[in-house]
Amino acid sequence: MLHIVACIKQVPDTKIIKMNPKTNTMDRSSAPAILNPYDAHAVEEAVRLKARYGGKVSVVTMGPPPAVKAIRKCIEIGADEGYLITDRAFAGADTLATSYSLTKAIEKIGTMEPIDLIICGKMTIDGDTGQVGPGIARRLDIPPLTSVNKVVEMDREAGQAIVHRKLEDGYEVIQTTLPCLLSVEKEINEIPYSTLPNMMRAARYQPVIWSVEDLGIVDRTKLGLKGSPTIVAKVWPPDKPKGGEMLQGSSEEQVNRLFSILMNKKELFHKSGATEEGGVQ
Amino acid sequence: MAEKFDVIVVGAGPAGTACAYTLAKQGVSVLLLERGEYPGSKNVMGGVLYRKMMEDVIPGFYKEAPVERPIVEQRFMMLDKESATTFSYKGMEWGKEPYNNFTVLRAKFDQWFADKAVEQGALLINETVALECIVKDGKVVGVRTDRPEGDIYADVVVLADGVNSLLAKSLGFHKEFKPDEVALAVMEVLKLDKKVIEDRFNLEGDQGCTIEIFGDSTKGILGTAWLYTNKDSLNIGVGTMLSGLIKHKLKPYELLEYVKTHPMIRPYIQGTEQQEYLAHLIPEGGYRSMPKIVGDGVLVVGDAAQMVNAIHREGSNMAMTSGVIAAETIIEAQSTGDFSEKSLDVYRQRLMDSFVGEDLKKYKDATHHFEKYPHYFEQYIPMINRAASQMFTVDGTSKREKQRKIWQGIGTVGDKIKIARDLFQAWRVMK
Amino acid sequence: MNIEEYRGIWVFLEHKDGAIVPVSLELLGAGRRLADKRGVPLSGILIGDGVKGLAAEAIAYGAETVYVYDDPIFHHYRTESYMRAVIACVEKYKPEIFLYGATSTGKDLASAVATDLATGLTADTTMLDVDAETGLLEASRPAFGGNIMATILCKKDRPQMATVRPKVVKALERDPERTGEVIEEPVELREEDIRTKVLDIVRHTVKKVRLDEADIIVAGGKGLGGRVGFEMIGEFAKRIGASVGGSRDAVEAGWIEHSRQVGQTGVTVTPKIYFAIGISGAIQHLVGMQNSGLIIAINKDSNAAIFQACHYGIVGDAFEIVPMLTEAFDQALREEVKHG
Repeated sequence: MLHIVACIKQVPDTKIIKMNPKTNTMDRSSAPAILNPYDAHAVEEAVRLKARYGGKVSVVTMGPPPAVKAIRKCIEIGADEGYLITDRAFAGADTLATSYSLTKAIEKIGTMEPIDLIICGKMTIDGDTGQVGPGIARRLDIPPLTSVNKVVEMDREAGQAIVHRKLEDGYEVIQTTLPCLLSVEKEINEIPYSTLPNMMRAARYQPVIWSVEDLGIVDRTKLGLKGSPTIVAKVWPPDKPKGGEMLQGSSEEQVNRLFSILMNKKELFHKSGATEEGGVQ
Repeated sequence: MAEKFDVIVVGAGPAGTACAYTLAKQGVSVLLLERGEYPGSKNVMGGVLYRKMMEDVIPGFYKEAPVERPIVEQRFMMLDKESATTFSYKGMEWGKEPYNNFTVLRAKFDQWFADKAVEQGALLINETVALECIVKDGKVVGVRTDRPEGDIYADVVVLADGVNSLLAKSLGFHKEFKPDEVALAVMEVLKLDKKVIEDRFNLEGDQGCTIEIFGDSTKGILGTAWLYTNKDSLNIGVGTMLSGLIKHKLKPYELLEYVKTHPMIRPYIQGTEQQEYLAHLIPEGGYRSMPKIVGDGVLVVGDAAQMVNAIHREGSNMAMTSGVIAAETIIEAQSTGDFSEKSLDVYRQRLMDSFVGEDLKKYKDATHHFEKYPHYFEQYIPMINRAASQMFTVDGTSKREKQRKIWQGIGTVGDKIKIARDLFQAWRVMK
Repeated sequence: MNIEEYRGIWVFLEHKDGAIVPVSLELLGAGRRLADKRGVPLSGILIGDGVKGLAAEAIAYGAETVYVYDDPIFHHYRTESYMRAVIACVEKYKPEIFLYGATSTGKDLASAVATDLATGLTADTTMLDVDAETGLLEASRPAFGGNIMATILCKKDRPQMATVRPKVVKALERDPERTGEVIEEPVELREEDIRTKVLDIVRHTVKKVRLDEADIIVAGGKGLGGRVGFEMIGEFAKRIGASVGGSRDAVEAGWIEHSRQVGQTGVTVTPKIYFAIGISGAIQHLVGMQNSGLIIAINKDSNAAIFQACHYGIVGDAFEIVPMLTEAFDQALREEVKHG
């Protein structure tokens, strides 16, 4: 029986979010809040491990009250319990302060039921850092394994697990002690359509909500803005390069013009397309 | 063992949510299924919400619901290519409690409404499609959804799944709608500064205005266009009979473009920014197209039952009322435990006795009549406009001379008799 | 923490298959610039098994000092072992700025180190600068999925750390005449203390094209509409010996695999020629290819942002233009064969 804790975050859908051109800030109302896609895969992996080895999946998130919706999404995927830590004191946290706060919550969850594995998404689509997972691991003094794209096996009794870590050009097979922290790639699994019973359970589910007071002994200087070594000093829209030359005329004329432009770089083109694999596999 | 509820309501639109709310309030266990990401995400409405029917569900709703503007003025424009004759009524009594109508944005409003039903105890599940009713011994006992382990059971299933109700079709309650029973409406939400709206439409504070547009806006096809004011945006749309679109080989967005660039409409939407584009089907068959709406263990409400009064652009209020009546019927049936068609038929009777049935019966021939005789739009509206133009142009002709010219302009004696007959027919189908 | 005590710019020297990886050399170039501005030394930290010899390379690329931790315990990269060496070195020599390549290893290592040292870490930096007086590192990076650029500061903690994307800064010219100091540090780690073991390393046997090494890339986006579109540009790519890439939309639609995604959350590429076909040019994508030599864009929508970011653009239907272009190359090839 495994107790797995998944760390998740509710994020704006950065694929469709729009900038407010006047204030250079994100117009959060322009995009719906969603469960961070990488975290969804982490929860799905935890649910699969539960199916395989038996056990329980708890999810924890630090965020404002609407983050409850993200927890419900996890219950839809199959998680059992959800914990939201929410408090003004957490505001303005960078990754160091965030990993501290989440660690406190995880420690509290651990006092109720010992934890075998912590799992999270490789990164969030709004912070894009991937730093919080390893940060939590270091604070709990458990091995962090990042970019995991497969869990080969978990052996709770032996206190060991074997996973694959993605490398730039392949993967490595790593054996680790338990408990450990895994941060996962999206490719680790595919999330199936949730069952109706899970949907109903999620719609009815009320997560456990904690404020700073509920977390036991906390060093407040490590929370939120105060506990953040980094600050965002400046924000600006990315440079837009000047426009290119638009080729005019009929399709034929355009193609001919383009072809002659390309022929200026003739030496780059292999005659028979003989790279290892010119083209799509 | 699949879960069982007292009632499953399929579709969290005005009809479904009104039904679920009323049931939940009385302690009935109800499951509200919505196929969209959230209630309202798949719904389109011109934008007018009728206070009375909504208050029948939630008294004083406007104090906290996300409504746009209370409507104080209703205008009616009869359009020709370059002219319009407009009637309007504006009343301050509509600008204060109890109010008459409001404009709403469906996505916002429906979510709030559904949340209210959840507050009362309904269980709302989104992103889930009900594929068919589960029928046992000729009785509807539940619903099969598209999710794994997706069968769910109830004493009664309420079909509130809209104009294209798959479930009503699957039960054989009606066949595919014919093109002359359905209208296609397209609409855009145009962003416009609050102050500009108030200036342009002659409003004070949060008041609102609706403009219904007939005639050239639909190029002679039976239909209407509309322009409504929201807090900081305008809804502009046009809806026409599907049969008309097919016959005249027109695409709906082409029609909308035509309306937006029409000289009588253009100035209203100057300086707006397109925010959203929506399209939807509207049931237009009215009374004559109403399908079977009661069965063993099943009721049909709202657009799924073709309850739209096109002439008065009323649909959502009928939907809500039907949802409430359905809920009340079910609550009564619970005391006897009889959910057979015979027992539930009380719903149909009450519905037909209410304003819903009355209005549908009243206008049962109207849509068809005006569709059959396009000259009401194609000829008479231009005629009225021409007459008005002539009458009010001061060009030195004597008023009597003008009247004579206008009367002559109508045509021969035969034409005039035809007009008289047409007016009489119109009166007959409308009365 | 006394900030004054921290001095010097450091670069983590990642290595693979007996050579220092390109991004680390690039960082030495950037580090040199920062060090000159601050008037402080530039050092590298090299951790591995039998890697002493690489220190000379680092010096040839600009490092004045290289701290070496050479031991079999570092044979494979593992967070727990490398992290201990880095922390020991930092605590001993106190750098003010510490840069890592934003590679799988670099990000993994830096995240762990930053937590233990309770200092600030900026991820995926694309622009670096330092204030000569205050010594503040200005690490700028795309944020919110690439929708904005943000400059991050770490005011009160040291070292100021950043992981930096490959190919955004340039390495210095290799100069074997450069001299520097190599300091071998003692290693006091025991294998029993490290809780992970690398059992195996599996490299892709089919040498998967490294998009970031390709000279020509033909990339397709949402506008291609499906796998068929990608087959079409694949044909074109084959003709001209190009590698195929895709936008995030295309990858998420399943028309092409993730390893070929170009952009903020994919690969950054700087080919000599980049074809953006049916790609709208969202910021997330531009961030991954805007430094390409020659950018050609083909899109049906004349308002597509990609046309602001390309050198030459064609407003047209890819399904018409690309086959015609392919045919043009075919013809040229036939001519050559005929006359060749």
